[in-house]
Amino acid sequence: MPLTELLVLLLVVVALWTVQTTIMRAAVGLALTSVMLTLLLFHMGAPLAAVFELSVCAGLITVLFFSTIGMTRPLDAAGVVRERKALSKRFHPAFAVCAVVGVMLWGSGYVLEIAPPQGDSPAVRDVLWGVRQLDLVGQILVMFVGVFGVVILFKERKKEEVAP
Amino acid sequence: MAALLILIPVLAVVLLNLPPRRWADPFILPIAGAFCIAQGLAALTMGPEAWAAPPPLAQLDLIRLLGTPFPVDALARVMFLAIGLVGLCTTLVMRLWRPEPERSFKTASLLLLIIAAMNGVVLVRDLFTLYVFLEITAIASLVLIVVERGPAAFEGAFKYLVLGAVATALLLTGLALFFIMAGSARFDDVAAVLAAGKASRFELVAIALFLAGLAIKAGLVPFHGWLPDAYQAAPAPVSVLLAGIVTKTTGVYTLLRLASVFGHQDRVRPVLLALAVASILVGALAALGQRDLKRMLAYSSISQVGYIILGLAIGTPLALAGAAFHLFNHAVFKSLLFVNAAAVEQQAGTRDMDQLGGLGSRMPVTSATSIIALLSTAGLPPLSGFWSKLFIILAAWQAGHRGVAAVAVLASVLTLAYFLSMQRRVFFGKVAPRCEGVVEASAWGLLPALILAAVTVGLGLSAPWLFDTFLLPLERIL
Repeated sequence: MPLTELLVLLLVVVALWTVQTTIMRAAVGLALTSVMLTLLLFHMGAPLAAVFELSVCAGLITVLFFSTIGMTRPLDAAGVVRERKALSKRFHPAFAVCAVVGVMLWGSGYVLEIAPPQGDSPAVRDVLWGVRQLDLVGQILVMFVGVFGVVILFKERKKEEVAP
Repeated sequence: MAALLILIPVLAVVLLNLPPRRWADPFILPIAGAFCIAQGLAALTMGPEAWAAPPPLAQLDLIRLLGTPFPVDALARVMFLAIGLVGLCTTLVMRLWRPEPERSFKTASLLLLIIAAMNGVVLVRDLFTLYVFLEITAIASLVLIVVERGPAAFEGAFKYLVLGAVATALLLTGLALFFIMAGSARFDDVAAVLAAGKASRFELVAIALFLAGLAIKAGLVPFHGWLPDAYQAAPAPVSVLLAGIVTKTTGVYTLLRLASVFGHQDRVRPVLLALAVASILVGALAALGQRDLKRMLAYSSISQVGYIILGLAIGTPLALAGAAFHLFNHAVFKSLLFVNAAAVEQQAGTRDMDQLGGLGSRMPVTSATSIIALLSTAGLPPLSGFWSKLFIILAAWQAGHRGVAAVAVLASVLTLAYFLSMQRRVFFGKVAPRCEGVVEASAWGLLPALILAAVTVGLGLSAPWLFDTFLLPLERIL
């Protein structure tokens, strides 16, 4: 089996394993999925995207997940059983639909033609700071709004806890 | 100059958060209000050359964004005006809702950030950049919904978060497919590939995914699950903002704007038509059975957004003019209804219509402006809602969708029925025991209501002139 197909298969398997009743395991599953995607991106000749995937998704976001999960209370045994039942009810039909669609696409033998980029292909640095400058500003704003929101919600909560 | 509409509100939030809060508290609402007024005036008075002119300091390398030439057409100006108007009314309602300035600081900061993000949504002509600004709006909206906490707020915010994440996944997947097909995410490039018929068979999948993502943002049936809970759970000023302009910009305007990219595809129109008819009917029928004033208005919003999408689905010049007009009208009269709901909740302490009654004698201005808004929503002449609905229904009839036109008329009757029921239960009849000591809302509640009511009446009276000079030319843009 060629390496690309093998990596895609591993990616799918790990992504499926991510659907867990234990939130910590799900976070580990997401990190592993990101690692598989990183390998795939490296293999397909996109090293910069792979580095971003590894550092941000597998690294930073996993740390954030773990820190947040550390502040929560784990489910009791009954809760785990209940969640497992609910999960199988929701997950299995969705999985079946995705599998059928996947098999149909695979079986059609259709190859998605990738259009060449419009115009010249500039260097990554020029893309980030020139062509996609507005996206960069937007992404800084996304982070700013997110941090601002977290500060608003948690700072107020702390105040309420101190002076109920 | 257009970049200033994104940069100024962000800069204001950053600068106001630097000094100690007690210094900045009194300034944030006046600054937010002044910016909204300036934005509205700029939308009304500035021509294309003025919008395209580089602002001061544009030549500095560090802030090259200032020099970015954003295309500002008539539809963008309509949206800037609506954002400015609803933003101004939201700041006034914030003052009504929390008279102490320190309690409005967080919400006013987020309001400025949402305004910047919505201006970004209106300005961009690239699918990925559009997605980025939609996300900023979504995150800020989420925090605003939950800012006052409580189980209902958390439930509303959770639904908004989950369905927002689904919308994000759909939009991103559709975007990736468009990028693969066109080699670019720019509206023009994607439109050119789709129009030339050069796209692959994944074209329909990409369009369907993108449409579904935007339908969630717009709260169209059957993607509307988050909307009534979010509107109901949010604090009153946030409801005005969400219902008045946020969903209109992120979902409805985006759909209108993207009509030039894939909306005119013959295979897309029946889908839009089905979504529109389902939204019109389900929204109107669900509104009939509500007890909570804000929840009823939320379902009414779903129904009215259906009319806008109906205009888009029909796609004739008259229909598109009607859709753009109804988008603005709906932003105005729905904001007015939510401003009045805020005033009623603030003064009577409840939104339960079964506990309210006879407020017309206690809150005459709120009652009168509510009548103007409900008549306009139901499409009664000569108010603005009459004209926009008339254009859409006439266009449906002319295009041969006679059954759809009949449904749209029937739903207007339903709209009148549930709004008259609301007016009777809240404002008419004997004063309910709970409303005995109620007095009219303060000027902070009356001023936005009067402004919005004046706009509703003014637009209605000037509709024939607006139609020829402003609305029909929109067809060239769409």
